[in-house]
Amino acid sequence: MRIELVKRPQHSKLFSVLSPFIALALTLVAGAIMFALLGKNPFQALFFYFVDPLRELWSLHELAIKAAPLILIAVGLSICYLSNNWNIGAEGQFIIGGIVGSILPVVYPGIQGPLVLPLMLLMGMLGGAAYASIPALLKTRFNTNEILTSLMLVYVAQLFLDWLVRGPWRNPEGNNFPETRRFHADAILPELFPADGRANWGIVFAILAGILAWLFITRTLKGFEVRVIGSSPRAGRFAGFSSKKMVFFAFMVSGALAGLAGISEVSGAIGQLRPSISPGYGFAAIIVAFLGRLNPLGIIAAGFLLALTYLGGEAAQISLGISDKVARVFQGMLLFFVLGCDTLIHYRIRFVGLARQEGQPAGAPKAAAPAAEGA
Amino acid sequence: MKKLLIGLAAALAVTVSVPAAFAQDKTKACFLYIGSKTDGGWTQAHDIGRQMVDTELGDKVETVFVENVPEGPDAERAIERLARSGCAIIFTTSFGFMDQTVAVAAKFPDVKFEHATGYKTAPNLAVYNSRFYEGRYIQGQIAAKMSKVGVAGYIASFPIPEVVMGINAFVLGAQTVNPDFKLKVVWANTWFDAGKEADAAKVLIDQGVDIITQHTDSTGPMQVAAERGIMAFGQASDMIAAGPKTQLTAIVDTWGPYYVKRIKAVMDGSWKSENIWDGLKDGILTMAPYTNMPDDVKAMAMETEAKIKSGELKPFTGPIMKQDGTEWLKAGESADDGVLSGLNFYVAGVDDKLPQ
Repeated sequence: MRIELVKRPQHSKLFSVLSPFIALALTLVAGAIMFALLGKNPFQALFFYFVDPLRELWSLHELAIKAAPLILIAVGLSICYLSNNWNIGAEGQFIIGGIVGSILPVVYPGIQGPLVLPLMLLMGMLGGAAYASIPALLKTRFNTNEILTSLMLVYVAQLFLDWLVRGPWRNPEGNNFPETRRFHADAILPELFPADGRANWGIVFAILAGILAWLFITRTLKGFEVRVIGSSPRAGRFAGFSSKKMVFFAFMVSGALAGLAGISEVSGAIGQLRPSISPGYGFAAIIVAFLGRLNPLGIIAAGFLLALTYLGGEAAQISLGISDKVARVFQGMLLFFVLGCDTLIHYRIRFVGLARQEGQPAGAPKAAAPAAEGA
Repeated sequence: MKKLLIGLAAALAVTVSVPAAFAQDKTKACFLYIGSKTDGGWTQAHDIGRQMVDTELGDKVETVFVENVPEGPDAERAIERLARSGCAIIFTTSFGFMDQTVAVAAKFPDVKFEHATGYKTAPNLAVYNSRFYEGRYIQGQIAAKMSKVGVAGYIASFPIPEVVMGINAFVLGAQTVNPDFKLKVVWANTWFDAGKEADAAKVLIDQGVDIITQHTDSTGPMQVAAERGIMAFGQASDMIAAGPKTQLTAIVDTWGPYYVKRIKAVMDGSWKSENIWDGLKDGILTMAPYTNMPDDVKAMAMETEAKIKSGELKPFTGPIMKQDGTEWLKAGESADDGVLSGLNFYVAGVDDKLPQ
């Protein structure tokens, strides 16, 4: 006997909407089982994990700090993925955005004034967009696989940053530690409500980007073009849309948003460049993009949820002594169930017995790229 | 999603008992770790100290830790969460947590903070460190006795004074046995990365060294040394399990007694912000058993250890020449702690250029 996935003739609208919530519920159930196996009270554990971090104002600020880069990057990725361009290298674009945006405060600390910060943000976006245009160029010009090239450019960016902060950009007064000088006051992204917590303007950028991207995709001709080319390149060509231009457009928009996230993180939460400025935001944002079903508004909610798993992991460690690995397990389960639910909306499982198998041609559909289909 | 969570909260509020309620009479002591508590090195040494607090102070204390915390914004959040969760004292156990500890300490004047290996203090923020260099001086002597080629390899983390001090002490110790002893250095630029550290060890061995030592925290180099059949020194924890036939000795960070002392001070109200720099004689640093060496080398090592403990021998005592050939310390002159904690040059005999 074997198991097959068979495409459903039509998929349920209701379950398409419910899918992320079912996935979340399944994650909670699986998480509860995991906690029970670890010998912890599952209700108490889930409480500390998902509710405790939301009970205090300062902690909500921390949630916003953690969610902002995830949302910004994922919103950009959603446009990219909707157009059927697979940018896996947002982590690299995030880093390059952080580097290019930091040129002013690090190399020219003498330049100060209210214009510095807007310029930094702009340069960060340009940096990210330029870096993302490399895989776009390689794809349109040489037909390379953008998944590979964009991913490999992540490591280039990481090592470039590493070299900069250990070499030419190292803080001359920093005890030889690999980090740049701290940014001056004009180069720091201001906090929103300094009296309550540390959250900065990054979260405002993220939510604005989400809303604008949603309007763009649903209300504009260009947004329509993104969706048409994404779902059927052939139809796009007949409509007179250039898929080459779309590759550049999608990559550069998502690169610019990742770059903005990078410079916001550097000038907001960190305040200087260090060998590592991202604990994997560019990759976690891929989870966020799909958890939000590539809908920019859904992504805002998904970004907060994923950020909560980081904070909850800490709270559970402190309150219950649970290993920090649990947070990773939660994120993995969440993605697994989301993709699983999406797959089952478009496909159904069929158990094929040996007898029937012989009588059937080998044309059964494969379960390839459920993620892409789900989009 | 929010609604779901609020609903969940309401449902759970009935069943969840808040732990703080029964922890009132206990003193909560908290630890922030940069690595995993089972890293076999630096963080494990701190965690063994935490466990000692548990056994010594029993039910008068509750210890809590957060592990694998990256330096940067995540550290500040984790420290603040600890401070808000009712910790009476918080130990942040990596140099890189310094600015975050200072920031949170300023917000919570009633909580005591202790930062390992840093230098910034406040009325509620103490710093504590260990004279690791005393152990490295002994290691240098052993290395010079055991090495056939007269060259050792040193896997270093970051070129900060703390690490430069260790390199210099190792060379100075070695030169008391073999004045021509040389030391090669590889900068791994990490505190903990078993793969990178192992690669660094391979590079050094390929360059011909026959003894390696490390100022990074994993057992990677020890394992490589064991595979290649050369000798090595353990770091932070006793690494004998990773190299039963390889480890000569290890400098073992013994934080437990210090942690017990400081937590007791919090309990009886005598805690004060201090800048503590203890060494072998205080027991904050101990040497793992001297193994895999002839008896005469072992006797020499034990004699040196005793002399350092009694104060008869200070590793940084002249005559000492700098790497560039100029004189640093005259005969009989000892470097004071202020100079040591800002050390940014090599002594003669180090075959490396200090990254500037």
